[in-house]
Amino acid sequence: MQLSRDDLRTAYRAMVTIREFEERVAVEFETGDMPGFVHLYAGEEAIAVGACLDLDEKDIIGSTHRGHGHCIAKGCDIQGMMLELFGRKGGLCGGKGGSMHIADLDRGMMGANGIVGAGAPLIVGAGLTAKTLKTGGVAIGFVGDGATNQGAVFEAMNLAVVLALPVVFVFENNYIGEATGVDYAVGSGDIAARAAAFGMPVDKVDGRDFFVVHEAMRGCIERARNGDGPSGIEALSPRYYGHFQGDPQNYRGADEVERYRAEHDCLKIFRQRVIDAKLLGDDDLDAIRAEAKALVDGAVAAARAAPPPGPSDLMTDIYVNY
Amino acid sequence: MPQKTMRQAINEALRQEMERDPRVVVIGEDVAGGAGLDGEADAFGGVMGVTKGLYGQFGEGRVIDTPISETAIMGMAAGSAATGLRPVAELMFCDFMGVCFDQILNQAAKFRYMFGGKATTPLVVRTTYGAGLGAAAQHSQSLYGMFTAVPGIKCVVPSNAYDAKGLLIQAIRDDDPVIFFEHKMMYDLRDEVPDEAYTIPFGEANIVHNGGDVTIVALGNMVRVAVKAAEKLSEDGIGAEVIDLRTTSPLDEETILESVEETGRLVVVDEANPRCGIAADISALVAREAFEMLKSPVRMVTAPHAPVPFAPELEKLYLPNADKVIAAVREIIG
Repeated sequence: MQLSRDDLRTAYRAMVTIREFEERVAVEFETGDMPGFVHLYAGEEAIAVGACLDLDEKDIIGSTHRGHGHCIAKGCDIQGMMLELFGRKGGLCGGKGGSMHIADLDRGMMGANGIVGAGAPLIVGAGLTAKTLKTGGVAIGFVGDGATNQGAVFEAMNLAVVLALPVVFVFENNYIGEATGVDYAVGSGDIAARAAAFGMPVDKVDGRDFFVVHEAMRGCIERARNGDGPSGIEALSPRYYGHFQGDPQNYRGADEVERYRAEHDCLKIFRQRVIDAKLLGDDDLDAIRAEAKALVDGAVAAARAAPPPGPSDLMTDIYVNY
Repeated sequence: MPQKTMRQAINEALRQEMERDPRVVVIGEDVAGGAGLDGEADAFGGVMGVTKGLYGQFGEGRVIDTPISETAIMGMAAGSAATGLRPVAELMFCDFMGVCFDQILNQAAKFRYMFGGKATTPLVVRTTYGAGLGAAAQHSQSLYGMFTAVPGIKCVVPSNAYDAKGLLIQAIRDDDPVIFFEHKMMYDLRDEVPDEAYTIPFGEANIVHNGGDVTIVALGNMVRVAVKAAEKLSEDGIGAEVIDLRTTSPLDEETILESVEETGRLVVVDEANPRCGIAADISALVAREAFEMLKSPVRMVTAPHAPVPFAPELEKLYLPNADKVIAAVREIIG
């Protein structure tokens, strides 16, 4: 284990912040006060955080239809995010994007995407910018298992390989695309092998284990930074909520999610590992979680108190000049 | 002033902007041509030869040949524009937008709004349009109307080589996504084109023929058709004012309305299909804003509501021409 205690605290803080954020959004959404749809990331925290821990400001990520976790892992402001989800003034996107389009380019977060798979070609573009302008940055494209069946993703993988761009694809396999199983929807049955056939190394890893994800991503990011072209990982970890919040999830087994939470939860795996290695203690970890909860509580309170965008906001930000 | 073809004018605009700004890159299928093969490395310069020679000057890092992969081309261009490049992507035929529209419609066009004003996407998509080559239904459409309808996109349809250079340089320097439509029958037409770089602002139509009896609004290749009609009409004592739109988004409503207020009559000439397009849009504008000035009904001279046919005889029937414009004018002047 090469991570410092500070790195471990940072990683745990990001993971529990995502969990607290998403569990709270599930509750807030049920009140009816949050417009639109939300697609929750709880259960997959180790993937986003393992992939983003070593990134810095010059690196850019592109997210999926399930984007809150990636935002938090890349350092987006929690209160700005919550305001955005409530559609309030001062939200990360001024209340004009919402959950499905949440983004913060100032933080290198190119956006969740309302169109499944559409983010993959965009992140190839971020890779082209990094290569052309020699920024030293890498571009990380998160792609859900459902999106891996989209032609846009195939084209993006091929073009990244052809142009040898500094891109890393993170295929998040949570076993279900909307309400359809991966084993049904992925013809070859193997997302990593199919991606590798485009001409890049792609490891299949346990997405519930932060340390495994982080180690695999370390190699991919180093490869990209060295100019050796794209690579990827397929990380497997279940989602704890439906495709969208409110989804009855009648396509799942009766105690499936409870079993995941009890037996293989990414936060529990992380906690056990760092305690066993005597790197962080219970008190330390509990304090971090309490801070995360307080942060989310404060964000919800701020969002509920914030005004909506005004009429003058309707017609701004369409063009730079028109 | 030197005479240049529209192909040369566009090539010159790209070259000068690439020399000026290292963030400008050209992306597309065969924009060099010959990658991975034993022959010339700059074999095509695009299928229309418009980017010929840029590869030799700027190399493969700035003149980027892609696989036949339009979604990835548009997505990569949009993503690179949002992160610091100023890409000029070539979509060989605008008909191919059917393959990759999502990256324009839902991505590039929406970034700025969805992200609360934080995104700037200085993307240019150069594409060809129009019939006349016998290329039939999938290689001959005039689809600028579809893009004009999308908030967040600017849409440019030049009618001559001089405008093409100035409008393309403006497009490359512009901070919003621009779709730039080049009529494939116009590449060899010559005009006086200055050697130095210059810009033509968007949203400023050009009055290319004066007259007080009827306003003829046209764009792209139809401007030549409209001017030809206006010249014939003037021989019969009918004065037609021909307005070249230059850009459909933004649209210079003021010039159109001022002209109709003078003439009281409107004919719109457009190579596109008639429904939900530029001709219908301008007709609606005039009906809405200048109804009381109209002395007669508005006329649209467009292609019919049909795909572009293959046989040259049918294609000729399909396209607007000067005779059809003259007939429309005579109908409303009586």
